[in-house]
Amino acid sequence: MLRPVPDADGAPFWEYAAQGELRVQACGDCGELRFPPRPCCPHCQSFASAWRPVSGRGRVWSYVVAHPPLLPDYAAQAPYNVVVVELDEAPRIRLVGNLVTGAGQPLDSLPPHRLRIGARVRAVFHDGLPQWVPERS
Amino acid sequence: MAAGSGALKDATAIVGIGQTPFAKRLPEDERTLACRAVLAALDDAGIAPGEVDALASYTMEETDEVELAKACGFGDLTFFSKVGFGGGGSCATVAHLAAAITAGQASVGVAWRSRKRGSGPRPWTNTTVQLPTPAQWTRPFGLLRPADEIAMLTRRYLHEYGATRDHLFNVALACRNRANQNPAAIMYDRPLTREMYMTSRWISEPLCLFDNCLETDGALACVVVSAERARDCRRTPVYVHSAAQSLPAQHHGMVNYWNDDPLTGPAWSAARHLWKHSDLTPEDVDVAQIYDAFTPLVLLSLEGYGFCGRGEGGAFTEGGALETGGLLPVNTGGGGLSEAYVHGFNLINEGVRQLRGTSTAQVPGASACLVTAGEGVPTSALLLRS
Ligand SMILES: [Zn+2]
Repeated sequence: MLRPVPDADGAPFWEYAAQGELRVQACGDCGELRFPPRPCCPHCQSFASAWRPVSGRGRVWSYVVAHPPLLPDYAAQAPYNVVVVELDEAPRIRLVGNLVTGAGQPLDSLPPHRLRIGARVRAVFHDGLPQWVPERS
Repeated sequence: MAAGSGALKDATAIVGIGQTPFAKRLPEDERTLACRAVLAALDDAGIAPGEVDALASYTMEETDEVELAKACGFGDLTFFSKVGFGGGGSCATVAHLAAAITAGQASVGVAWRSRKRGSGPRPWTNTTVQLPTPAQWTRPFGLLRPADEIAMLTRRYLHEYGATRDHLFNVALACRNRANQNPAAIMYDRPLTREMYMTSRWISEPLCLFDNCLETDGALACVVVSAERARDCRRTPVYVHSAAQSLPAQHHGMVNYWNDDPLTGPAWSAARHLWKHSDLTPEDVDVAQIYDAFTPLVLLSLEGYGFCGRGEGGAFTEGGALETGGLLPVNTGGGGLSEAYVHGFNLINEGVRQLRGTSTAQVPGASACLVTAGEGVPTSALLLRS
C-alpha cells in the first residue's frame, strides 16, 4: 500500500493522525480553516497557523468504486470504495478516505450498496491513517 | 494593430497541420514521430523548416526543443515555451505562438505533441513520481488514477443535477460515430451501441470503460504565422480569433474537492476570457472540439463555455445534439475517446480541418470552431474562424 509522503506543510496532519487525532490547519490570525495545508492564509496572507482539532464527524460528499487496472496492493482489494467526506465543522473541507466497517478493516469491507451521498460518517484511525465508518443513527 | 486588448484577435493563423498514423503500438520512438508530424505540418503549410523560429509544447512532452530543432533543421529560434499541466496546455501552445508572433518575437511557430501512451507505461503507475505533496491526501486511500479523481466529481455531478449514465453515453456515442467516419481514427470501423456501453466493465464507478479515452501512440503538429504571412501560404488560413488560459482562484486540479465550488472548473474562467476577447458568442460556434479524456468533462465544458446553463450539460446532449446535424456537433474526428488520445492535439488539427472544409465529418459551412484543452486541470482554449 502507498504510504503518505508528507511535505513540510502536511506533516502535522499525519503526526496527529498517528496519535488518533483529526486536526485541520487554521490561520493563526483570522482563524479560517484551510485544506490542504499550505504556508500562508489565502484570506489574510498571514503565515501564522495552528492545528485545530475537529470532531471527526461528517457526511459523504461523493464516492467512487475503483476496479482494476490498479496498483497490485489495491487490485487485491478491488472493487473498493474511495469517499470524499465533508467535515461537520467546515463543509468546504473535504477529505479523501475510505468507508470501512471498522478501524483496520480492508478497503472493500463495506458492501457498495451501503454507500450513499449524504451518509453520516465518523473518523477512526488505523496505522496512522484516518478511515471512516458509518455513523450509527 | 496596436498592442493591447484585442491585439491577438485574428492576428495569426494556423496554416499547416501534420500527423503520424495513430495506433496502439507504433515502432518508432517519440522523437522520430515528433519530427515526422512537424515536417508534415510544415510541408502542408509550404514553409521550409529553416524558417521556423518559434516552438511551443506542453508538459509531459519528452521530445525537447533542442533535439527537435536540430533534427528538423530549424533556423535560429527566438521564442520557445512549454505550458504546464499536461493536457490542459494543448490550446495554450497555439496561444503562446500567436502572442509571440503578434508581439514581434518570432514569425513562424510550430506546436507539437508526440506520445507513446498506447505502448508505453501509464503515468499513474509510477509511484515515486506520484507520491510527493498533493498525492499524500489521495493516493494512500486508493484514489490512484485520473479516472478515479474525475469519477468522484462525476458522482457528485450526477447526484446534484440528476444527470444520468445515458448522458455520458451520448458523449461517448457522438465521438464514436464520428470516428466511424474517420479512416485515421483508432475506432474507425468499430461502432458502439448503448448495450455495449451499459454492459462494459467498470473502471471507477460511475465511469465505465467507454467513459475513458483511448491509450494511443502518435504525434501531431501545427504551424502558426501572422495573418499577413498566412495569405501567401498553400492552404486556406484558419485564424486564431480568440485564445485563453485559465487557472481559476483556489483551483486544485483534478481533485478539485477543496474548492468552494468543485463543479465549476477551469472551463468557466477560460470561457470568460475567450468570449470577452471575441466578436462571437456560443450561438455562433458551428462545431466544437471539446477535450474528452473522460465523458463527463464534455458535460462540464458545455456548461463552462456557455452552451447551456449550469447543471444542464447532461440534458443538452439529448436528442442527438452532439451528433452531425445536431445543435453542436462535437469532436468530429472522434476525439480522445475514439480517434486518438494524444493529449488533445488531435482536437486542434480537427478544428483546422473543419474550417478548411476537409473534415471526414464536415459540418457544412462551418466558420467558427471552439477547441478546448483538458478540463479539470489548469486549461486553455481557442476560438478558430475561417
Ligand atoms: Zn487568515
